[in-house]
Amino acid sequence: MIEIKNLHKSYKMGKNSLHVLKGINFSVEEGELVAIMGSSGSGKSTLLNILGMLDELDEGTYTLDGVPIKNLNETKAAQYRNKFLGFIFQSFNLINYKSAAENVALPLYYQRVGRKERQEKALKYLEQVGLKQWATHLPSELSGGQKQRVAIARAMAAEPKVLLADEPTGALDSKTSYEVMDLIQKINDQGNTILVVTHEEDIAHMCKRIVHLKDGVIVEDKKVEQVRAEQYV
Amino acid sequence: MKFIFDRNTWQEIFGSISKNKTRTIITIIGVLWGIFIYIALSGAAKGMDNGFEKVFESVSMNSMFVWGQNTSMPYEGFKTGRPMQLKLGDAAMLENRIPEINYIAPRINLGNFGTEPVFTVRGQKSGTYPVNGDYPIYTKIATKQIFDGGRFINDEDIAQARKVCVIGERNVQELFDKDEEPIGQYIRIGDVYFQVVGIHKLSQGVSFDSDAAIFIPFTTFRKLYNTGENVDYFCIAAYDDVDVVQVEKDVKALLRNIHRVNPEDERAFGSFNLGEAFARVSGFAKGMTFLSLVVGLATILAGVIGIGNILLISVKERTKELGVRRALGATPAEVRNQIILESVFLTMIAGIMGIILGAGVLSIINNLTKDLDFPYTNPTVPIPYVLGALLIMVILGTLIGLIPAQRAVSIKPIDALREE
Repeated sequence: MIEIKNLHKSYKMGKNSLHVLKGINFSVEEGELVAIMGSSGSGKSTLLNILGMLDELDEGTYTLDGVPIKNLNETKAAQYRNKFLGFIFQSFNLINYKSAAENVALPLYYQRVGRKERQEKALKYLEQVGLKQWATHLPSELSGGQKQRVAIARAMAAEPKVLLADEPTGALDSKTSYEVMDLIQKINDQGNTILVVTHEEDIAHMCKRIVHLKDGVIVEDKKVEQVRAEQYV
Repeated sequence: MKFIFDRNTWQEIFGSISKNKTRTIITIIGVLWGIFIYIALSGAAKGMDNGFEKVFESVSMNSMFVWGQNTSMPYEGFKTGRPMQLKLGDAAMLENRIPEINYIAPRINLGNFGTEPVFTVRGQKSGTYPVNGDYPIYTKIATKQIFDGGRFINDEDIAQARKVCVIGERNVQELFDKDEEPIGQYIRIGDVYFQVVGIHKLSQGVSFDSDAAIFIPFTTFRKLYNTGENVDYFCIAAYDDVDVVQVEKDVKALLRNIHRVNPEDERAFGSFNLGEAFARVSGFAKGMTFLSLVVGLATILAGVIGIGNILLISVKERTKELGVRRALGATPAEVRNQIILESVFLTMIAGIMGIILGAGVLSIINNLTKDLDFPYTNPTVPIPYVLGALLIMVILGTLIGLIPAQRAVSIKPIDALREE
């Protein structure tokens, strides 16, 4: 599903260049649930941004579902993001003047899906995250966990190949975190490929595979026994 | 361009502007104010223009007046300072020799040019009023509105030197009781009784006669006051397509010839040219119209720039939202189109509201000034001007919308998302 070879990325800060990713080789199969771990500054968010086509790589190759991702202009990148990827952010990034259902329907709007179908699909995914009765509420009327579940529904709505979650539980307390992880596990059970960036050990162990990043290189890549989040909920 | 006709696009835009109410309202007020000022100003200027035109309506625009003064040069043995007296015969001569003249009306007057007004009596009431000796043709040059049931002096009055008079509204007020019908009644002007045959209504603006002027037949006047062939001044109306300034020169030259005055003597005859005076006033009105156009357009421009400003601020505010939209798959073109369409849509709505409001205010002003003695009639803005303003607004709205749109897409989505 994801194939990365010899990935380099550096940021220019004035005269200095900051080499963030120093040759990453990494691949993800369909249906995997991968945790990317590392302390802050290890390059894990940069890696996720490159995977999400929000940022460009300097060197190396990136293949997503057999499609080489390189030299993308913004329009092409936007289309690929829309078709291949679903994003889940630490700060939820819901549009505050749109209701939960409208937020979920937004990626479908950019897929040129008709209004009626958008609404139906939005409700279907909201139901999946258990928030159907909150469909008409604004994000400001929802709790943090609910917001994140709306965001997950939104990421799912476009039916992407890969879900990318950047610290999805970073802004949540542990009980809500486990609820969100439970949801992510269930989505993974349905066969979706999910990448989760986290620095929390317990969250990482709820995935099936942990990739450790340190100073821009992968220091460890191991399969783990998945801890089901269900038992903590 | 397909997105413009897509219902989904508009639903998205409508959602965005209807849910950011404060921003929308401030934006709308900016442009609304601009177009409102534009419509109200140019409508008012047009109303003033129309008003002036109406003021001059009662007088033939292409008319002039000529009267005798004193010579300032000796000629053919006559010494300087000889007083000039226009004669009735001059009228026929002028009309024959100057083909540009349409109408010529000789007038004679008591009470206006240094002579004493006439003591007029009816029953117990009296007053002193100016009296004019006139020909019927005078109404061709200065329209006289006569109240129902009356008439102006006619040819029979002239031929028989009848003792009939046309009086003004003030004469009626001062000489008659409130409910009395003056027409057919007799009043004593000087020592002679006259029958009232008509009451003239004071025409607003340029009128040479007051609301207390009495008109009697020219022939009656000359018999009564023993003025013979004398004329105080001529009212002359030239044909519409004629340059009245040239006619003025010709008339004075001919009069100098008739009265044996030095052809170079500019002071022997005085004249006044209404065409020139009108041109000056209408030039002023045109200037006002132009000024209001400039001010109005500048206000519109300010309003549109205001919209751009607010959109720019809101783009900053919405950076994160636009970043999210782009992460979800909005292409830069889609983001740009949305912002431009928001801008154009708001400009349109605000513009249309401003036009309606401006038209409303114009009609209110029109109603308020209807019965006032104020040169203001039918304030309108021509449809092409309105459409032109609307078009300018839409174009400016698009251009101004481009600035924040460009800013919105120039930010990388990752930077937009990072911005907290």
